[in-house]
Amino acid sequence: MSAVPMTSGLIVASVLFSLGLLGVLVRRNLIFLLVSIEVMLNAAGLAFVVAGARWGALDGQIMFLFILVMAAAEVAVGLTLVIQLYHRMGTVDADAASMLRG
Amino acid sequence: MPDWLWLVPAAPFAGFLVLIAGARLRRSGVAIVGAGSIAISAAVAFAIAARFTALPPDARVFTQTLWTWVRIGDFAPKVALRLDALSLVMVLVVTGVGFLIHLYSTAFMEGDEGYARFFAYMNLFVGMMLVLVLADNLLLLYLGWEGVGLCSYLLIGFWYRDPINANAGRKAFIVTRVGDTAMIIGLFLVATRLGTLDIQTLMQRAAAQWPAGSALPIAAAALLLGGAVGKSAQLPLQTWLPDAMAGPTPVSALIHAATMVTAGVYLIARTHVLFTLAPPVQLAVAIIGAATLLLAGCSALTQHDIKRVLAYSTISQIGYMFLALGVGAWSAAIFHFMTHAFFKALLFLGAGVVIAELDDEHDLFKMGGLRRELPVAFWTFLAGSASLAALPVVTAGFYSKDLILFETWSSVLGGPWLWFAGVGGALLTSVYTFRMVFLAFFGHLQRRPAGRSGWALNVPLIVLAALAIAGGFVELPSTLGGKPYFSDFLQFVLPAAVNLPARATDVVRLQVVAGVVSLAGIYLAWLLFLRRRTVLASAMRSPALRALDRFWFAGWGFDRLYDVVFVRPLVWFATVDKSDGIDRIYDGLAWSARTAWRALSHTETGRVRWYAAGITVGALVITTIVIFL
Repeated sequence: MSAVPMTSGLIVASVLFSLGLLGVLVRRNLIFLLVSIEVMLNAAGLAFVVAGARWGALDGQIMFLFILVMAAAEVAVGLTLVIQLYHRMGTVDADAASMLRG
Repeated sequence: MPDWLWLVPAAPFAGFLVLIAGARLRRSGVAIVGAGSIAISAAVAFAIAARFTALPPDARVFTQTLWTWVRIGDFAPKVALRLDALSLVMVLVVTGVGFLIHLYSTAFMEGDEGYARFFAYMNLFVGMMLVLVLADNLLLLYLGWEGVGLCSYLLIGFWYRDPINANAGRKAFIVTRVGDTAMIIGLFLVATRLGTLDIQTLMQRAAAQWPAGSALPIAAAALLLGGAVGKSAQLPLQTWLPDAMAGPTPVSALIHAATMVTAGVYLIARTHVLFTLAPPVQLAVAIIGAATLLLAGCSALTQHDIKRVLAYSTISQIGYMFLALGVGAWSAAIFHFMTHAFFKALLFLGAGVVIAELDDEHDLFKMGGLRRELPVAFWTFLAGSASLAALPVVTAGFYSKDLILFETWSSVLGGPWLWFAGVGGALLTSVYTFRMVFLAFFGHLQRRPAGRSGWALNVPLIVLAALAIAGGFVELPSTLGGKPYFSDFLQFVLPAAVNLPARATDVVRLQVVAGVVSLAGIYLAWLLFLRRRTVLASAMRSPALRALDRFWFAGWGFDRLYDVVFVRPLVWFATVDKSDGIDRIYDGLAWSARTAWRALSHTETGRVRWYAAGITVGALVITTIVIFL
């Protein structure tokens, strides 16, 4: 089978990661923030899988499973927090929740 | 029996702890604990002494190691007690006289609000003093040395509500600290050069490694002498002792007459090998002693306060001990220490009775005629004064002072000049002593005493009076039977002085001179202060004599000198330099920390996205560094 070269895989992963990071930095809506974090996590997972395929090791895919589980947990907790925030503040704007400033 | 040696210092410490912790003890309980702990200590000490003297002379050494204090490589000072003839004499005097003074205090301090505090400090003092004299190494000795200094400070300022007393305590502490600093440097010197602080090993190593008269033993001995001079109130650090009379009278008797101030004498006797290796320092000891005894004698002559007379007298008598040490008559110094402890404690306790009876009147010129009113105090005070004035043959002071004068004359290290100083001091001593007796007890009755006395006040006076008379018979000179038990007892610890054979035969002539001088002094005092007081009064009209009187009254102006040379420049500098340059550095550090905090606290906005941006930038910077550098 014709393997995808590692460099192209890693480039895709880093492009994905940058898009996610950009989303985190520029979006104010907390839902979109969570989605962007998911994108960044998947970029990391992709990098693992590509590297695992390159070295012929199973570890990359195992790591991806870990990331998947962690992302699910994170979304569960994150969404709960967003709902709580919405209940209290009536908004899902991240910048509104700045009461813990120094 | 010697295994119980630890109990001797432990009993006073236990008494101290009980008195400090048991604030609710009744007064009788405080008295029982306070005096009882010293009684236990004294009883054990005397029992040990009885067993000890039965041993053959060369077996009279006993060391009890309690525990190892610290261990730093080879340097492992132990908490160990060493009992030999020298420390036994010291222990017996400290516990014996100490017990009598505690007994006296139970009545004397009656009604004082700090009754328990007083006995706690006194017990702590006795314990520390016993540590000092029993210490097997110089580090433990230094612990006791500083401990007694602390107790001295606490007890001088015992009535701390009056700032004068607190200042006197502070002065005593600071002035002795000058000497103590020299001493601790001396300890560092011997510890680093000889690798041990254990006294016996140290003396052996010093004698083996250091040639006599070389720089190291001279430096070590001079530094130890500095400590001794401070503690024993010798020139030039004598200024604290007269002010130390601000404390209660039993404190003056115990600490500033009988025991603590003689710690310097003990230190020099204990390390006499070092001083033998350093002839210039030993000469300095003799000269300091001779000068101090003359200066303090003159000052004692002019004081009005009975306790200050006794304080200057103490300085002067310790001068005699230093003179004896300086001419190599080690055991004569210890002998004079013992007799001095008896008669000076007695004189202080007697003065305490007089002062208390006259409702806290210290001025000799406002006393008078107390002979019939206070018979016990008078007769015992007379016995103590006779002993201090070295009344020939019948008093202890005669034997010890005569021995010192004889050794000063005949020792290879002594000589006529030092002897003249000693004899001049003897004349001064008997004049100022009997001036005190005549002014306080003879003449017209000026004030009627309050009439409070009791057995606890009288018994110590009578016992000490007996000792002040009979305590000298343990060392009879060759003309009076020739039974030098005391020097024989000490000779395995302290070698005898080396005498010039040509001068050693002058015993009788010297004794006659000493006796005549003593009697002449008493006669002079009688003439000037009792019989012909008008003579003195008319002589005092001359301005030169008045100026001399004032000069001596002020202790030769030492206080003034130190005030001008040390205290005022220091105070001036401290006022001028309130915010000095070094403070600025630390102020600057604090300022920059505060500014940085203020700047950085602006970055804490509470916005999640801002933090995420911070993390991103940080990660980028670190990644860049890792990749490109």
